[in-house]
Amino acid sequence: MAAPLLEVQDLTVRFRTDDGWMTAVNRVSLAVGEGEALGIVGESGSGKSVTALSILRLHAAPTTRMPTGRIMYGGRDLLTVPSRDMRAIRGREIAMIFQDPMSSLNPVLTIADQIGETLRLHQGLDQATARKRAIDLLDLVRIPDAARRVDEYPHRLSGGMRQRVMIAIAIACRPKLLIADEPTTALDVTIQAQILDLLRDLQRELGMSVILITHDMGVIAEFARRVMVMYAGRVVETAPVGELFRRPVHPYTDGLLAAIPKLDVDVRRLPTIPGSIPDPTAMIPGCRYGPRCPQVQEACRREAPELVPAGPQREARCPPRVAAMRANL
Amino acid sequence: MSGPIVKVRDLVKEFQVTRGRGGPPAVLRAVNHISFDIRPGTTLGLVGESGSGKSTTGRLLVGLIPATSGEIELFDETITGRGGAAALAKVRSKLQFVFQDPHGSLNPRMRVGNSIAEPIDIAGGWHRKDRADRVSELLETVGLPRAVAERFPHEFSGGQRQRIGIARALALKPDFVVCDEPVSALDVSMQAQIINLLLDLQEKLGLSYLFIAHDLAVVRSIATDVAVMYAGALVEQAPKTALYAAPKHPYTQALLEAVPRPDPNRVRSTPLGGEVPSILSPPPGCAFAARCPRAMGVCPNEPPTPRATGEGHLVACHLY
Amino acid sequence: MTEATVLASGEAIAARRRFRVLRKLLHHRSFMVGFIIVLAMVLAAMLAPMTGVDPNAMRVRFRFRPPQDAYWFGTDQFGRDLFTRTLYGAQLSLWIGLSVAVLSGVIGAAIGVLSAQFRPLDSPLMRIMDALMAAPAILLAIGLGAALGPQTHSVIIALAVAYIPRTARIVRASALVTRELEFIEAARVSGASNLRIMFKHLLPNATGPLLVQSTFVFAYAILAEAALSFLGIGPPPPAPSWGNIIAEGRSFAVQAWWIMLFPGFAISLAALGMNLLGDGLRDVLDPRLKVES
Repeated sequence: MAAPLLEVQDLTVRFRTDDGWMTAVNRVSLAVGEGEALGIVGESGSGKSVTALSILRLHAAPTTRMPTGRIMYGGRDLLTVPSRDMRAIRGREIAMIFQDPMSSLNPVLTIADQIGETLRLHQGLDQATARKRAIDLLDLVRIPDAARRVDEYPHRLSGGMRQRVMIAIAIACRPKLLIADEPTTALDVTIQAQILDLLRDLQRELGMSVILITHDMGVIAEFARRVMVMYAGRVVETAPVGELFRRPVHPYTDGLLAAIPKLDVDVRRLPTIPGSIPDPTAMIPGCRYGPRCPQVQEACRREAPELVPAGPQREARCPPRVAAMRANL
Repeated sequence: MSGPIVKVRDLVKEFQVTRGRGGPPAVLRAVNHISFDIRPGTTLGLVGESGSGKSTTGRLLVGLIPATSGEIELFDETITGRGGAAALAKVRSKLQFVFQDPHGSLNPRMRVGNSIAEPIDIAGGWHRKDRADRVSELLETVGLPRAVAERFPHEFSGGQRQRIGIARALALKPDFVVCDEPVSALDVSMQAQIINLLLDLQEKLGLSYLFIAHDLAVVRSIATDVAVMYAGALVEQAPKTALYAAPKHPYTQALLEAVPRPDPNRVRSTPLGGEVPSILSPPPGCAFAARCPRAMGVCPNEPPTPRATGEGHLVACHLY
Repeated sequence: MTEATVLASGEAIAARRRFRVLRKLLHHRSFMVGFIIVLAMVLAAMLAPMTGVDPNAMRVRFRFRPPQDAYWFGTDQFGRDLFTRTLYGAQLSLWIGLSVAVLSGVIGAAIGVLSAQFRPLDSPLMRIMDALMAAPAILLAIGLGAALGPQTHSVIIALAVAYIPRTARIVRASALVTRELEFIEAARVSGASNLRIMFKHLLPNATGPLLVQSTFVFAYAILAEAALSFLGIGPPPPAPSWGNIIAEGRSFAVQAWWIMLFPGFAISLAALGMNLLGDGLRDVLDPRLKVES
């Protein structure tokens, strides 16, 4: 197997909140290959967004303790490279798009200026060339009438359009890795389908790796090749996408898939996961999912489980379940 | 009562929008001549994307916003037009509303017990003990311990706050509740709990719902009938199974197709292009014509009227 | 595994959250410093009678004594003990500060919620507020004070009127934001009257910014009282206030500098204390405005 493009090793990120220190990301490891689409799925408090922000060192400094662990990219640890080098990487080699298109664009700059900013910064283009490239990029992200649109201000654009502009800015310098943090959550369903379609095509055309973060299992199924499921700051399962949906191993993945409202079937009552997501500041011994797990055992309450292999390219943080499944084979 | 408890006929809502450059104010038609019924004990799922007018419709139905024209009849009282205010006052105790945002729907300065009891306090005339008993009863009904009445909203999670909002809505034993995206702001694992709660309450208390949502899968899990809105107009209405099994309107079909499924092997077709038209300057004719893959010559010029195409299945489309 | 059990495990968290604001205040350095200063001054004012000395007793034989053992702050031109006078002055000055803050707070809050809730009232009320704010507060107070005559209560009324626009705007701004929240709609669905919305919903949510603004008004008022006393329209002598002690000591600035020093210092300290208190309150109540320290 070829060396991964980006490898996160044992990343831990802690925040200070009003209620005490919380561990948002707890020894998370992941790897993305070249041209691969990795999906990270989790609910609130899972740590998925913080993980993504940490890759680009975008976390809020005063309240965050320096993350521990390593983020290996191009042979260097991104957590320790000097800021100047990090700035050269952001936008040029690793780019990111965010959830809320309404607040992600600067309202007082034109589209041309905003796309041009990254081009001028990383590629040293002059204004005229940057503007031409911006138009080309708008065409690439399928904005109609690009030559006219490029001079407009963000408030004239709809949510879907703004998200496309964000994508244009992100891919302007042909990054090797694109991190997309809930890129379609704030969009209408039909627009979401368009944007996902666009991202899929761009990924193929540009040979980019993509890390897609979302809470929506449907989006993951339609986009990712490999999936990582996070819960309460830890990775609980990784698997190729087909395997994950066909045969989930971790009880949380299982519960989550069962609890999703189904579009194609009528059910009388939805199966639920009882209880709620644990308070991030509360430290409980044993498995963080234990209080809600229908198959919880004594051992689970005592000792926090480790990730164990659960098949080819699969891992799950539930040794009892993995052992049971192996026994059934 | 056997007839529909909610009857909406030709409802229109227009907003005046001041235009930036000092011209005459523009008219924004958020709700464009819609009609539907809701029968007792059923749930009408109202589905649409942004700009569809679904949230406005929900607020019109409980009198939060005045209608521009058309009729809304609730429990045989017409709350629109002349005498509407008096009619609304008569049926007010039978109506309620559940809001979307668990963070904004509770007054952060009020203990949740008082928030829950607010409908009671406004109605007036309850004994302190009866009030307290009712609050405890409501908390229990929504699955929260009685003791939490003294707490403030910030001490609860989003899902719990949503339960408190539901408890408040049930305070005066309403018959009809409008739920405006009640689970959209919640985690998936919490959504299922709240949906089940709403279903249980419907069974236990004989409630009728207008359930507004953009998520078609959520609507499927709770609705009896479904109505689809686009740019202010009702494009299709049908009993749930019929709508999901055999959607007729091209927009409904595109919408169902666009929803991502947790099935990696699903074959996807080209997504619907274009965007919702600006409702400030609506095109004449069918609002969907510009994006419709099956648009015909007549579509951009003449707005379609709803036609029946089977058991309670109405479609507003020139194809039918 | 039920909701109840999960809630029980959340008990500890809820308990932590319940007194969160109080705990944050106690940890906030500026707030605690300000609070201690103000507390000390209030105690000093309350304990003034314990000196056993009559602040108005004139002992002409001991006039113009500089600060020494018997007279900690020295004596003035009539031989009155300045330490005692300053302590009694605290009573009056702090009382003025408090009254102005409370009066302008209450009236300003009423105007603020009325403007926010009744849009047709908004324009006229705010234009009146703008007019009041157009003149510097001191000038306004001087004008009103001169019209009402040199009494303590006219000082309070004049200053309160001058500061009402500030509190009104703060409360109005907060109320306008609160009005858009869904719990207001929830109240209206249940048939809430405008009165109920204003007093049960808009006002309670404005108390944070209002409280902060009131601490600043308190500080302004103490300073303004000094200015008014300087111009002879403050609380009438012989009752000591910090302002009129300074005013009386003005003629003797060179030969008896201590007359003006100590009350002046007291005014600065009181204003500083209140400002620190207010800053701290604002940081804790509205973290979005917090300056990263």
